[in-house]
Amino acid sequence: MSIALPALGAPRTQRIDLSSPILILFAAFLCVLILLPMSWLIYFSLVDRNGAFTLDNFKTLVTDSAFLDPLTTTLILATSSSIICCAFAAPMGWLVARTDMPLRRTVRALVTASFVTPPFLGAIAWELLAAPNSGLLNKIYRATTGAPPDEHLFNIYSLAGVIFVISAYTFPYVFVLIANALDRIPGDLEDASSILGGGTWTTARRITIPLALPALLAGALVAFLQAMTLFGSPAILAIPAGFHTMTTKIWSLFNYPPKPELAAAASVPLLVLTVALLRAENLILGRRGYSVVGGKQGNPRLVRLGALKWAALAFVFLVLMCPVFLPYGALLNATFSRVATSFVTFDNFTLHNIHFVFFELSATQLAVKNTFLLGVASATIGTIMALVIAYLTTRRAIRGYRALGFLATAPVAIPGIVLGVGLFLSYARPPFVLYGTLWILLLAFVTIALPAAYQQLQSAFRSVHTDLEDASRILGSTRLRTLRDITAPLLRTSVIATWCFIFVGVIRELSAAIMLFTSETKVISVLIFDLNESGDLGAISVLGLIMLVITFAVVIAVNRIPGFGEARLRNA
Amino acid sequence: MPEVRCSRRQLLRAATALAGALAAGNPARPARAQARAVAAEPITPALIEAAKKEGKLAFYTAMDLPVAEKFAKAFEARFPGIAVRVERSGAERVFQRIGQEMGSRIHAVDVVNSADGAHFIAWKRSNWLAPYLPEEVARHYPPQYYDPDGLWVTTRVWLSSLGYNTNLVKPEEAPKSFADLLDAKWMGKMVKAHPAYSGTIMTATFQIVREFGWQYLEKLAKQKVMQVQSSTDPPKKLALGERAVMADGNDYNLVQLKEAGQPVEVVYPAEGTPLVTGPSAVFASAPNPNAARLFQNWLHSLEAQQLLVDFARQHSVHALAKDKPGARRLDEIKLWKDDPAGVEQMSEEIKARYAQIFKV
Repeated sequence: MSIALPALGAPRTQRIDLSSPILILFAAFLCVLILLPMSWLIYFSLVDRNGAFTLDNFKTLVTDSAFLDPLTTTLILATSSSIICCAFAAPMGWLVARTDMPLRRTVRALVTASFVTPPFLGAIAWELLAAPNSGLLNKIYRATTGAPPDEHLFNIYSLAGVIFVISAYTFPYVFVLIANALDRIPGDLEDASSILGGGTWTTARRITIPLALPALLAGALVAFLQAMTLFGSPAILAIPAGFHTMTTKIWSLFNYPPKPELAAAASVPLLVLTVALLRAENLILGRRGYSVVGGKQGNPRLVRLGALKWAALAFVFLVLMCPVFLPYGALLNATFSRVATSFVTFDNFTLHNIHFVFFELSATQLAVKNTFLLGVASATIGTIMALVIAYLTTRRAIRGYRALGFLATAPVAIPGIVLGVGLFLSYARPPFVLYGTLWILLLAFVTIALPAAYQQLQSAFRSVHTDLEDASRILGSTRLRTLRDITAPLLRTSVIATWCFIFVGVIRELSAAIMLFTSETKVISVLIFDLNESGDLGAISVLGLIMLVITFAVVIAVNRIPGFGEARLRNA
Repeated sequence: MPEVRCSRRQLLRAATALAGALAAGNPARPARAQARAVAAEPITPALIEAAKKEGKLAFYTAMDLPVAEKFAKAFEARFPGIAVRVERSGAERVFQRIGQEMGSRIHAVDVVNSADGAHFIAWKRSNWLAPYLPEEVARHYPPQYYDPDGLWVTTRVWLSSLGYNTNLVKPEEAPKSFADLLDAKWMGKMVKAHPAYSGTIMTATFQIVREFGWQYLEKLAKQKVMQVQSSTDPPKKLALGERAVMADGNDYNLVQLKEAGQPVEVVYPAEGTPLVTGPSAVFASAPNPNAARLFQNWLHSLEAQQLLVDFARQHSVHALAKDKPGARRLDEIKLWKDDPAGVEQMSEEIKARYAQIFKV
């Protein structure tokens, strides 16, 4: 790689290295983000209402069927979603990364669109589509087959329905992991297999699949964790279906009279399970890691599908119907229809929902403002933190970098709703009253985003060779100046990707926000959730579409900042 | 607290007599009115001026969102420069949010309107409410519909009824009573709202348990009822055709939907219909105290109360509010009496038993 080094000027005389204050500052901040809420959570799970030590909360948890049933449901749900996600994401990832299927880039873009869709919005859209009696798909089914009015093809208000919707919005994670892993498997190994006489399928079976297996395993795990800790989709679909999951149960414990002790205790199994699974992943992948993955050798060879490529494309688009085409169609239809689940015709076309959301609904403006503000602030702060921590750990710039890296990764083990409970317990009472301000939401969103942001930027730092930085240091720059003048410009693509990733994550976030909002700090996701509880589906559709427009507008705008973001669009 | 023992007509007669007595400056005022601890307040130019300086207020309410926004917009039109922010949720959720906010010393609520009168007992006990008695209330409201200390006023009266979708159910086959809902033919075809979310349903559940005992709900739970949260939702689910029959929910939403041409019909059950009263109050810690008082005053004026009857399709206790021609009057319906003090005693038990019976 060759680049032009900017002029560095004369060596500076003043050389205060800020690394140890920075370490202390960041470590302290990470403690506030993670250790404090989790400590309060554990403390509350071990006391009764008067603050005396007790194990009764846990006893209730393992003996009361009101807790055991949701736990069982959650495990069934997470396992099934994980299997379904892998079953669909793996072949799709392979088709997109390793075959000559047409429209591969479009497919990748559409998967991104399904990632941008908040799972709770997807759940509401699927209510419009597959509610047993009023769902559009069931209406079409009855109209085409002449089935009687109480017969239905789909019932979204069921365990199977919840599993389906969760899978539809979890599969992007698995898809991206698998497609990226397959992208990185070098063609050389496959060439070797071919030269030695292996046919296309033998090569796939003996070389490609084993090499991609760790990514598949990681994908299965991510899907399991996502499905286990998701709040929005089950809250919208499971309660009408007549059951609770762990997350909806925890949330219901904050209804009056609030039982924070039980909520804290009920959060502990989710926390323990997450930590255990991440440990297990480490152990398994630690042994199975192939060093070739990550190299930049020859381009991957594309498998020729021949006539099958059209069948493959049809399969992929059929899968994408579920998270993208059908839900957006249903939301658009509900926006302009007098009755949310009637097809728009000349007779029932209306602009009333749009008028209501923009001119009557008094919460709209505040919620949009709060969401935008929090999105930008969380993305900026989160990116800066992740950038600094990733730099310090990859360059081993200071002592204690391991601890810093650990702290930055730790929140991955904390489900959103558990973090929400922890933050509420920590900051809703003196001495630190942050509840009621946007700050507590900011803390939550930054914490949730940090692990993924950190990992993205860490791998970006690893790809920038230290020679360039060393050259700058030899020429007399401080670490910070080197970072600013040399490293940062090389990383801008990754930085922008990380910023957008956090921004999208904030817009999608509901599970922590639902625990932490007040009337003045409402965000769009919470507003949509409120509207769903009173059945205002038309208004939800409008707000949901506004949300998507804001997201895409911001992501595109950030990518077009002159001299900063242009690179990203090309690479995307 | 509000109770309806007499018919609405009797009640109006009593109220009109009371108002007449007050207007005539009759010295023989009823004892209750004399015992009032606070003076009745008119809307004065000074109040309007002070409210405009604050420029905004937060209205926490459990009424259907489009109805609440309608009141907000009507108020904003009447007093330009004062923005009303509606914070709508189920009454039980509103109660929890206010409790959580006050517990963290966050003072955000100015005026609250609930669907569960029991909340005002709790708030009064905590000294969270400001005494404020609008003049029209003192003049035109029957005394059982406002607190003698002026801490709350009954803003609206409505019912939790049954209902059905007329495309899916023929009128002669529709359920006529609570008992009819236990018929096997309604298995999997009903929708109902949740007492841990909705004050209307909390009130209605209390009355159902009082009249029939828990065994009625235990039998109902075996009918595979679709469970939603707000009492505003079952009417909307009927209109969508998602379920054929609603086992509880607001009658006023059904009336609104029917008048808008949707295929729904209200049924007032033969055994009696749960009556719900929705009081409003100004919070003592209101961040916009003057705007709050102005809004509370206006909300109980004839202008707003007529809007309640005509648009929101609920019932007013304002003596001068006129029924909508052709609308079903309360005295034509067999009503159960509401009992906020009883609800207050039982609300935790209701939430716990209900969750056990219906699994959510």
